[in-house]
Amino acid sequence: MTAATELARGQTATYDVERLRADFPILAETVNGRPLVYLDNAATTQKPRAVIEAISHYYERDNANVHRGVHLLSERATASYEGAREKVRAFINAASVREIVFVRGTTEGVNLVAQTYGRKNIGAGDEIIISAMEHHSNIVPWQMLCEETGAILRVIPINDEGEILFDEYEKLLCEKTKLVAIVHVSNALGTINPIAKVIAAAHARNVPVLIDGAQAAPHTAIDVHALDCDFYLFSGHKVFGPTGIGVLYGKSRLLEAMPPWQGGGDMILSVTFEKTVYNALPYKFEAGTPNIAGAIGLGAAIDYLSAAGIENIVAYEQALLEYATDQLAGIPELRMIGTAREKASVLSFVIEGIHPHDLGTILDQEGVAVRTGHHCAQPVMQRFGIPATARASLALYNTRQDVDALIAAIHKAMEVFR
Amino acid sequence: MADLRELYQQVILDHNKNPRNFKKLESANRTVEGYNPLCGDNYTLYVELAGDVIKDVGFQGNGCAISKASASVMSSITKGKTREEAEELFAGFRRMVTGSGSGEQQGPMERLAPFSGVAEHPSRVKCAMLAWHSLHNAIEGEESTVTTE
Repeated sequence: MTAATELARGQTATYDVERLRADFPILAETVNGRPLVYLDNAATTQKPRAVIEAISHYYERDNANVHRGVHLLSERATASYEGAREKVRAFINAASVREIVFVRGTTEGVNLVAQTYGRKNIGAGDEIIISAMEHHSNIVPWQMLCEETGAILRVIPINDEGEILFDEYEKLLCEKTKLVAIVHVSNALGTINPIAKVIAAAHARNVPVLIDGAQAAPHTAIDVHALDCDFYLFSGHKVFGPTGIGVLYGKSRLLEAMPPWQGGGDMILSVTFEKTVYNALPYKFEAGTPNIAGAIGLGAAIDYLSAAGIENIVAYEQALLEYATDQLAGIPELRMIGTAREKASVLSFVIEGIHPHDLGTILDQEGVAVRTGHHCAQPVMQRFGIPATARASLALYNTRQDVDALIAAIHKAMEVFR
Repeated sequence: MADLRELYQQVILDHNKNPRNFKKLESANRTVEGYNPLCGDNYTLYVELAGDVIKDVGFQGNGCAISKASASVMSSITKGKTREEAEELFAGFRRMVTGSGSGEQQGPMERLAPFSGVAEHPSRVKCAMLAWHSLHNAIEGEESTVTTE
């Protein structure tokens, strides 16, 4: 037995998947009388007890508004909230907490950059490069900006495996290019993009790069310093934290020069009717009372990930992905959508004669939760000439048994539709 | 398996595999696009209205088994019906798949009974209703795009 297959069975000393599973209360649920097999992690991940308890603890013991009160609870809430920011900073290896802006999620982060950096720096005739595998959240905000400013959206094409065509990307880069915005790991295909190369090529032309890391954060180590990306975004709920909290990392030099997005309390230093002075980073971009509990929950999730060890998780998930890919390949009627050499977590597929939506319903009857549809990536579906796929997506608590349950349920669906 | 068979009854599987009236209707004087963004169901419904009577119905497109079978059964059952009769079937079908009906399954409604299992699957109601909403729009005289959102 290789180390990888040992890992996939969760039998090594460093990675005890059963122990991790026990940390997630929801995994004990039954669905339609069967044990839950949760394979919809690309949509959202489940929460470990540590995250749930951190949020409860905050509301039960520390709840107060941040950055304002001189009373003890406000000091505790502020310390916890800012403590979470430091955890995020360390998690992605940013230089300073000034570069960590809390937002609602990846989508809000992209919109923030489009509406501040974009409106200030991108004008008529300028070009923004995205890829053909973007989630709608990294397409529509740029389209809105283009509509407003007269800028032009350029799209890096992908091959039949679901990999960007790097040559085509290099051809798109020109003196008109003002920004590259690209996904780190595709939610619809699982492709891990060569973002270090993408960034280097853009920087050679002084073009800044925004990375949508929503699907990458739970499955890869992130080092914004090594990547040298200009903006990096991810969502709390996809890394075992709560919904409604996410992170915008931006280089402080860029964030400093950007106008604020929303106005209100907390984002100002002083307000008179004649003049308002904006607050320092990152508060300039955090108007209003923030999602304090959400940030604290995210901090707890990062602690959890760090304790499990991101390298261990990556190795375990890669072995499990390989196992699942092999098992699915054993079904002749099944066509995998997204067969890139570098992949993480995602198994997107169609089955001849069964619409993905019907498949999803039948899998659910068997207790297996997958996503079916276009995964908010309609251009990807158009590229592959299909209306939708079924998508199973793995996380650190999934097992070979989960994959086997998926395979058995697919066979059941094929029986129904024979 | 029992639960599955309740939703995916043989009639539905059969209509999915061999949809009736699955063609463009050259004689159509009403054409309606039906779209379900959730799963990408996408159909064009063709209706030939002769005064108050639905003379012919046809449809083309792609979608899940529930949406396709529903369109197929709908097209068979409403052909030759008056507008009023079709509207009654539309209302009865909606009550059945949303689980708000009294379980009326007599007369023409009997042929729609295989879809009663949809009521147990709220996320699939839109699939079952898509063709019927399209028909409703067609006979109301609206040339339009129906979406279930």
